[in-house]
Amino acid sequence: MVAFRLPRGSQVRPGRRVPAPDGARNVREFRVYRYSPDSGEPPQLDSFEVDLDRSGPMVLDALIEIKNSLDSTLAFRRSCREGVCGSCAMNIDGTNTLACTKAIDDVRGPVKVYPLPHMPVIKDLVPDLTDAYAQYALVEPWMKTESPPPAKERLQSEEDRRKLDGLYECILCFCCSTSCPSYWWNGDRYLGPATLLQAARWLQDSRDEAAGERLDALEDPFRLYRCHTIMNCTKTCPKGLNPARAISDIKRRIQQRR
Amino acid sequence: MSLRPPLARVRGHGSAHEGAHHWWMQRVTAVALALLGAWFAWSVPCLVGAGHGEFVAWMARPVNSVLLVLLVGSGFYHGWLGIRVVVEDYVPAPGPRTVVLAVCAGIAWLAAAGAGLAVLRAGYGGV
Repeated sequence: MVAFRLPRGSQVRPGRRVPAPDGARNVREFRVYRYSPDSGEPPQLDSFEVDLDRSGPMVLDALIEIKNSLDSTLAFRRSCREGVCGSCAMNIDGTNTLACTKAIDDVRGPVKVYPLPHMPVIKDLVPDLTDAYAQYALVEPWMKTESPPPAKERLQSEEDRRKLDGLYECILCFCCSTSCPSYWWNGDRYLGPATLLQAARWLQDSRDEAAGERLDALEDPFRLYRCHTIMNCTKTCPKGLNPARAISDIKRRIQQRR
Repeated sequence: MSLRPPLARVRGHGSAHEGAHHWWMQRVTAVALALLGAWFAWSVPCLVGAGHGEFVAWMARPVNSVLLVLLVGSGFYHGWLGIRVVVEDYVPAPGPRTVVLAVCAGIAWLAAAGAGLAVLRAGYGGV
């Protein structure tokens, strides 16, 4: 759904200013998006002065320091703190990335932290990814076979295994999908780069026997062809993957079978 | 709040099993336009200073007529394909989207038919 302006209730207002604790010398300002569904108020941008001597080097460390020392009501997702779980995906300094692998030193000026763009916000930095996960389920991301299972594992040549490089590493943080204008405008029908990269991963798997069925499900003006090769997905991916290439691979396969 | 399961919501009415033709024709007409456009851009400067009669005579030559009809056809077809993408991107409600698409298609057909007719009339010795 196109919305060039945020609805009134979503427009972000200036918020509180929380100073650093007394005696802090290495201070950095963090401007953090705050929204609480219970308050009934529009979202606001709170400013926190964080003592970096008490925090680790990454933006996630600073958010944990804010939660520990300045405001325990701040809500965000985090788990592995090393870029493999995808929980702490958010918009930092204007780019979707993982808070745990984004160094504070890489940001100039105040560090601005928002939730992933254009998704419903549950609270503060926690977006509602229900539909994105449902779209992932739509592409049936598991191996589909009709041949009887072999006595041991299903074999794959080293060469075929290498074809999954650049696809299997995706951690489903949805940084790419939520950076894509096509996904912003038509996210209810367009599957988005994260899900399409996963679809490409199963199309590419030499052991999978359902390529035709998978392409049937994808060949749709909205599900697949809303991708206009804008490339925000590839630019923003915190794992350095290339969803735009994966999507063009799907389009090429569909063209090859016509 | 909808009680419909998210999977039912995102599956909707299923896949339309189309879009590939549109995607492919975008590319085919783009290549055609690059070649025909280069020919046209090369031809027009040669006609600078020519009068109406000379221009019609140039249009009436078989090679020029054929290339002009192809240029007009692929140009309006490519334009229509592009406009359709823009409308599908930015007009979310199905009713208004259908109306806007129909109006754009009508304009593209009218303009293409008019331009094609002009070339053919020149070819058959008209204006």
